[in-house]
Amino acid sequence: MGIFATSPKARAAALVAPPLIYSLLLLAFPLVAIVVISFWTQSGLNLDRTFTTANYREIFSGPIYIWGNANRWGVLPLSIFVSATVTLITVALAYPIAYFVSFVVAPERKSLWLFLITIPFWTSYLIRVFLWKVILGYNGVVNTGLIELGIIQEPLNVLLYNLNSVIITLAHAYAVFAILPIYVALEKIDRSLLEASQDLGENRFTTFLRVTLPLSVPGIVGAVLIVFIPTIGDYVTPELMLGSGGRLMSNVIQTQFLQLNNWPLGAALSIITMLAVGIVSLLFILLNRRWLRGRA
Amino acid sequence: MRRAWGLRTYAIIYLVFLYAPILLLPLFAFNDAAIIAFPLTGFSTRWFEQLWTTQALHQALRNSLFIASITAILATLLGTCAARAGTMPSFPGKRGALGFVMLPLVLPEIVIAVALLIVVRQVLDLNLSNWTVIAAHTVICIPFSIAILNGAFQNLDPSFEEAAMDLGETRWGAFRLVTLPLVLPGIISSLLICFIISLDDFVIAQFLTGSNPTMPVYIYGLTRFVDALPLIMALGTILVTISITLLIIAEYFRRRGVARAGFKDTGGFL
Amino acid sequence: MTALIQLRGIHKHYGDYHALRGIDLEIRQGEFFSLLGPSGCGKTTLLRTIAGFETPSSGTLMIDGKDMAAVPANHRPTNMVFQSYAIFPHLTVAENVGFGLRREPMSKDQKTKAVAEALAMVGLSGYGTRAAHALSGGQRQRVALARALILKPKVLLLDEPLSALDKKMREQMQVELIRLQRTVGITFILVTHDQEEALVMSDRIAVMFEGEIGQMADPETLYRRPNSRRVAEFIGKMNILPGQVGMEGNRIVVDVAGLGRGAVETDQAPGGVVPGNTSVGIRPETLGVLFPGETTDRRVAEGVVDEVVYYGDMTYYDVRVPGVQQPLTISMKNIIGRPVLEVGAPTRVVWDERSLVVLSR
Repeated sequence: MGIFATSPKARAAALVAPPLIYSLLLLAFPLVAIVVISFWTQSGLNLDRTFTTANYREIFSGPIYIWGNANRWGVLPLSIFVSATVTLITVALAYPIAYFVSFVVAPERKSLWLFLITIPFWTSYLIRVFLWKVILGYNGVVNTGLIELGIIQEPLNVLLYNLNSVIITLAHAYAVFAILPIYVALEKIDRSLLEASQDLGENRFTTFLRVTLPLSVPGIVGAVLIVFIPTIGDYVTPELMLGSGGRLMSNVIQTQFLQLNNWPLGAALSIITMLAVGIVSLLFILLNRRWLRGRA
Repeated sequence: MRRAWGLRTYAIIYLVFLYAPILLLPLFAFNDAAIIAFPLTGFSTRWFEQLWTTQALHQALRNSLFIASITAILATLLGTCAARAGTMPSFPGKRGALGFVMLPLVLPEIVIAVALLIVVRQVLDLNLSNWTVIAAHTVICIPFSIAILNGAFQNLDPSFEEAAMDLGETRWGAFRLVTLPLVLPGIISSLLICFIISLDDFVIAQFLTGSNPTMPVYIYGLTRFVDALPLIMALGTILVTISITLLIIAEYFRRRGVARAGFKDTGGFL
Repeated sequence: MTALIQLRGIHKHYGDYHALRGIDLEIRQGEFFSLLGPSGCGKTTLLRTIAGFETPSSGTLMIDGKDMAAVPANHRPTNMVFQSYAIFPHLTVAENVGFGLRREPMSKDQKTKAVAEALAMVGLSGYGTRAAHALSGGQRQRVALARALILKPKVLLLDEPLSALDKKMREQMQVELIRLQRTVGITFILVTHDQEEALVMSDRIAVMFEGEIGQMADPETLYRRPNSRRVAEFIGKMNILPGQVGMEGNRIVVDVAGLGRGAVETDQAPGGVVPGNTSVGIRPETLGVLFPGETTDRRVAEGVVDEVVYYGDMTYYDVRVPGVQQPLTISMKNIIGRPVLEVGAPTRVVWDERSLVVLSR
C-alpha cells in the first residue's frame, strides 16, 4: 500500500517532490551560490572568501556598466534598451499573426498554422543566428542578391555589425514566444462579446479597440515578458552580429566567466542583470495591472 | 471564410521572414562555392562528404545525442510527476512548488548556466562533463515538459481512473490501463521536444561542457573560420532536417492524443 | 428484511468544511434509493463514500454485513455510473463494457458473451466495435450502465446520471432505468438534484441539506407530509403560511392566518408539534377556486385573482385573500367547458384542513 494508499493530497505531494527537489538542488541552491560568490573577490587563481561589496562598487562606480559616458551608453542600459526594442518590435509584428490565426483562419486549420509558425523556432538557434549573419553580411545574401539584380552597385554597410542586425535576428528568434501567448489570450475571448459590441453599435475596428484589444492584454503582457527576459540573457546574437566591438550585458558576463576568470564580478553582474530584468518586468506588470485583474 | 486579405498577405510575408534563413540553408549547403554569396556556382555534395570524414564532429554529435537522450528521459519523468500532481487535489504550497519548477522559463539562460557552473566548480569541486550539461539541460527542459504534459493530463476526466478502480483495478492498474495510454502521446511529444531543446542548446553547453564539446559548441567554434562556412551550412541542413522530422513526429503524436481523448484540437505545443 | 447497506454516524470533514454531519442510513436489498438535495448538500460525497472514493472522517459503513473501512474501491461490491459517464475514450464500446472483466476468471468466449449480453440489456447490441468517443449522450450513458452492471454488483451507484441529457431523453431514460432495475433486481442508489426525477424513480428518498438528512421516506409521504419547511420548499410547489398550532385535548388544532381554524391528524404534523407560532403548508392542487355558479360544502375564503399562468393541462392562479400574508397559489385542471378566470376577477378559494401540513421546523 505505502504512499499509494494515503490521501490524494499526500499522493500529490509525493508526486511534486521529485521535480521540486531536483529544482531546489539544481536551481535554488545555485542561485543562492551565485549571490554568495558575488560578495567574494578573485585574487589570482583563488577566491578570497571575505565578505565585500567590492564587485558591486566596481559595477556602480565606473563608466562601463551602468552610467556610460558622453560617447556611449553603459552596458546595462544599452542591453535593456536593445531588449526592449526587440521586444516591442517582436510583439508588434506578432500580434497581427496571432490575431490572424485566432480570428481569420478556419478552426480546423488553426493547428496547421501554429505548427508552421513553430517549426523555425525548433531548428538550431545557433544556425539561425549564423544564417542571419550570412544573409545580412557585407558579402551576404541581401547585398549580393541586390547587386545581382542591379538595384545597388556597392554592398550596403548598414546591415551587419550594428544594432539593427541584432534586433532583426532576435525578433526572428523569439517570434514564436510572442505569438503563442497572444494567440492563447485571443482564443479565450468569447466570440459573443464581439457580436454584443457590434450589436451595441461599434464597427469592427472600434470593437477591436474596445473589446478585443483590452481582453488580449494578458497575452500581450505574457508575450512581452517571455521575449524580454531571455533576450537580455542572450549573448550569441550580439557576439555574432556586433563583432568584437559590441558588448551587451550577457557578453560581459560570459567574458568574466570564460575568459577573464573573474567569477565573483561575473556573479555580481549576473545578479545586477537579474534585478534589472525583474524590476523592469514588475514595472511593466504594474502598469498593466488594470487589465490583468481577475484574469489568469 | 472571412475576407481579411490584408491580414492574410501579412501572414504570408511573415512566414517568408520566418522561413527565409532555413530555406537558404540547403541552397548554400549544396552550392559548390566556398563563399556564401549569390550567384550560386553549381551543385555539389562535397561539403557533406567533408562532414562525413571529420572525426571531431562525430565525437561532438555522439556527445550531443547522449546528452539529449538522457535529458529527454529525465525531464519527461520529472515533468510527468509535476503535471500529474497539477491535476490532483491541492495541498498547501503546491502552487508555489509547481511555480518554482517553472521558473527557468523566465530566467535568462546565462544566469542558470553561470549559477550551475559556480556550484559544480566551486562548491562541489567536480569536473565538467556531459553529466553537468545533462543536469542543467534537465532544469530548463522540465518546464517545457510540464507545459506539454499539462495539456495531456488536464484533458483527462478525473473520473476515468476512479471508474477503472470502481471496476476492480488497483490504483496502478488504473494508471497503466487508462491514464498512461491517454497521456502517452503527450509523453512522446515531451521526450522529443526536450531532446530537440537539449540538442540545440548552446549557452548552457558552452559554460558546462567538459573536454568534449557538444554539437552546438563545435559549430560555434567553426564560425570563426571563414572557410568552414559551407561546412556549417551542410551541418545546419542536416540538423534542421532532423529537428523538423522529430517535430512532425511529435506533432503527430500530440494530435493523436487529442483525437484519442475525443477533444477539439486547439493546437500548439505551448 | 435486513439492510444491505448500513451507514452509522458518518462524518466527513474537508479541513474546516463539514461536508457530512452524522449520516445514519439503511438501504434494503433491491431498493431504488435516491439521495436528493441542492448542490453542495453532500449527496455526492455520500455516494462516493459508499463507492470507496472518499474515506469518512468517522462512522461506519457496512455493505452486506461487512465493514467497508479497510476495503478499497476496487474491492467493494459496488459499481458506479459517473456523472460524466467516464467512458474510456481510447477503447471501443465492447472494451469499455468488458473493462472490469479483466481480472475475472472467465474464458475469452465467456467474456465476449457477457459483453454481448450486457450490451443487449441496455439496447446497444451491435455497437461493440464502435469508438467510444463517437457515441451520443444517451448511448454513452447506456455504455456506462452496461459497464457497471456486467460485474453484477450488489449495489449500483448513479451520480446524477441523467443531468447531461436533454429533457425528452431524460424522461425516456428514467423509465428505462426503472425497468432495468426491476429486471436485474440490484439495489440502485441515485444521486440527483431533480426532485421530480427522484419522485418518479425511487422507492425511497433521502432529502439532504448541508450534510444532513432532512427527511427519509417514500415519494408519496415525502410529497404529502414533508417534515420541515425546507423539505416542503424543495419538493414541488407549496404555499407556506404563518399560523398557530396547539393541542386541545388529544387533538392538534391549527389556526391559519386569514383562512381559519381546523383540527388535523397526527400524521399532518410529521415534524412534531411545538405549540405556538408555526408555518403551515398547503399544496396548490389541494386548494381550488370556485367558478361562477359553482357551490361547495367545503370551507371557502373570498379572494381576488392576482395572476394567471396557463400551462395547457393546468392553470395556476395566484389569489389574494384578505388576511392571508401572500397570494395563494392554486392549480386547477383545465376541463372542457370551464373558463379560465381573468386577473382581477373575484373568486372563492376552497380549502380543507385535511391537506394542511404543520411545518414546525
